[in-house]
Amino acid sequence: MAAPVISLQRGVNWVAQRAVTILLVAVFVFPFVVMLTTAFKPTDDIFSAPPELWPRTWTLEQFMLAVNQFPFFRYLANTLLISGLSVAGTLLASPLVAYSLAKLEWPGRNLLFVTVLATMMLPPQVTLIPVYMLWNGLGATNSYLPLVVPAFLGTPFFIFMIRQFLLAVPDELIEAARIDGASELRICWTIVLPIARPALITSAVFQFVWTWTDFLNPLIYLNDSDKYTLSIGLYSFFGQHGVQWGPLMAACVLFTLPAVVIYIAAQRYFVGGIAAGAVK
Amino acid sequence: MPNRPKRSFRLRPDLPGGRALFKGLAFASPFLIGFAVFFAWPILASGYYSLTDFSLFQPPKFVGLANYQRMLIDAKFWKSLYNTLFLTVTGVPLSLAIALAGAHVLNLPVRGQPLFRALVYLPTIIPVVAGGFLWRWLLNAQYGFVNEILRWFSIPQPNWLVEPAWGSISVLLVSLWTVGGTMLIYLAALKDVPQDLYEAAAIDGAGPWRRFVYVTWPTISSVTLFQIVVLLIAYLQIFTQPFVLAKDPGIGSSTSSGPGDSMLTYSVYLFQNAFLFLKMGYASAMAWMLLVVTLAVTLVLLWSSRFWVHNGRARD
Repeated sequence: MAAPVISLQRGVNWVAQRAVTILLVAVFVFPFVVMLTTAFKPTDDIFSAPPELWPRTWTLEQFMLAVNQFPFFRYLANTLLISGLSVAGTLLASPLVAYSLAKLEWPGRNLLFVTVLATMMLPPQVTLIPVYMLWNGLGATNSYLPLVVPAFLGTPFFIFMIRQFLLAVPDELIEAARIDGASELRICWTIVLPIARPALITSAVFQFVWTWTDFLNPLIYLNDSDKYTLSIGLYSFFGQHGVQWGPLMAACVLFTLPAVVIYIAAQRYFVGGIAAGAVK
Repeated sequence: MPNRPKRSFRLRPDLPGGRALFKGLAFASPFLIGFAVFFAWPILASGYYSLTDFSLFQPPKFVGLANYQRMLIDAKFWKSLYNTLFLTVTGVPLSLAIALAGAHVLNLPVRGQPLFRALVYLPTIIPVVAGGFLWRWLLNAQYGFVNEILRWFSIPQPNWLVEPAWGSISVLLVSLWTVGGTMLIYLAALKDVPQDLYEAAAIDGAGPWRRFVYVTWPTISSVTLFQIVVLLIAYLQIFTQPFVLAKDPGIGSSTSSGPGDSMLTYSVYLFQNAFLFLKMGYASAMAWMLLVVTLAVTLVLLWSSRFWVHNGRARD
């Protein structure tokens, strides 16, 4: 019998599968670990050649320096405000448009759907300058309006995602409510959208992380350093006092943390949302 | 549908059809306004601007095709185009290959896979500015870990962010770090491949490689098409990674574009023209070129898909 050979081969397979998985994960996670451990090192430890991964002593020194050297909490509040308003806008507008595309039958609906898909592909650079001129004409540059208002008018990606989800909601439910004399808005808000909760949560977390990490729009629209978001604040902090890697990495950790917490809390919605994008 | 009774729709709330149209438009109205204000009008306006000479402080002055002619003799324009095409031509195939290989790994029967999948996606959550500075630290010639690891294996260590030849490659590296989303989409596609196809192929004596070539690859080809389109558009527009990697710590000026302009991508140069040199007409012309190129590449891809994308199940 060749049983020992087979079990040996199984054992080698077992080890190989785990080794290759761990290697893959390590490549993606290692940079993040360096960011964390660097932020907890005393300054002398940071500049050691060859570099060492683990801090010899753990300290909050870099975090104190970071928070004192640039107005971290002000930028945090600004970023939270913009992200919160954008999420509110997305949850208010995108489901209505998605409902119109999925559950109302009207001429021009298909044309509108194609339009939504087309705008998803449009390079943002094409609209950048005219939209900037528009806000400039309204005297709204250097305010949060250009960063927040678009979300209240519906985002193509979220409209598409929620629409795909709504297609699966049975029409009978809506018909029954219509016969009972419920208004369309009421049907949409109290019957259909509660069923679509997973899609709404996915939209909300994506919108939050996108706004949280956005760089180009705040860079273009915000001039006063008082109004900066964390992205722009961190960007302008770099090199202001030479490059101070310790406080910089600590600030990066603080900036990244909220996004990571949201990601962990809503992880299954993320994975669902990512896969939803690829559905034919 | 030929056999369905046609309904007539009119914008009159007292008629059933009119009500439907009215309701549809009412619910869609946020996007209708958003589309008009933030998409339709800006596209046309940017087309007009591209034919003018203008800045924030000076109204548009019609100059015909002068902006487009200037591109032809603008060395920086060609440099930025070259850098962007380099990143696209290397980044898209590498992303696909890494994502597909990684998806197979994440599909192995190993305990803890949900956690591993979440960790691989983590870099895409990290703000690009934070990620960019992190990589500047990792690629630091003296204190960085990348060269330290290369040193372990006695591989020559380039001075990543200083040598012109390595500037673009640094940008590529940072972009590839966020390939997790592409990988998870491939993973979902792998899980959708019907198991009986693999069993049938195994009975026919196909090894792992032939099973991949004849079963997996054809079955996931429509997902591959989607991924190529998305990646192409993303790489053609790449902005924040090179912009952050190129920031000059000494001057802190936004015009820096890496050693030997190696991180000057198309979008970075477009941004510089629009908001630093205040040549908004020229920048609009660049934006329109980008639109045309993106559209052309996407259409060619969709057209080519009939030759290599299989719909539904793999055929023999």
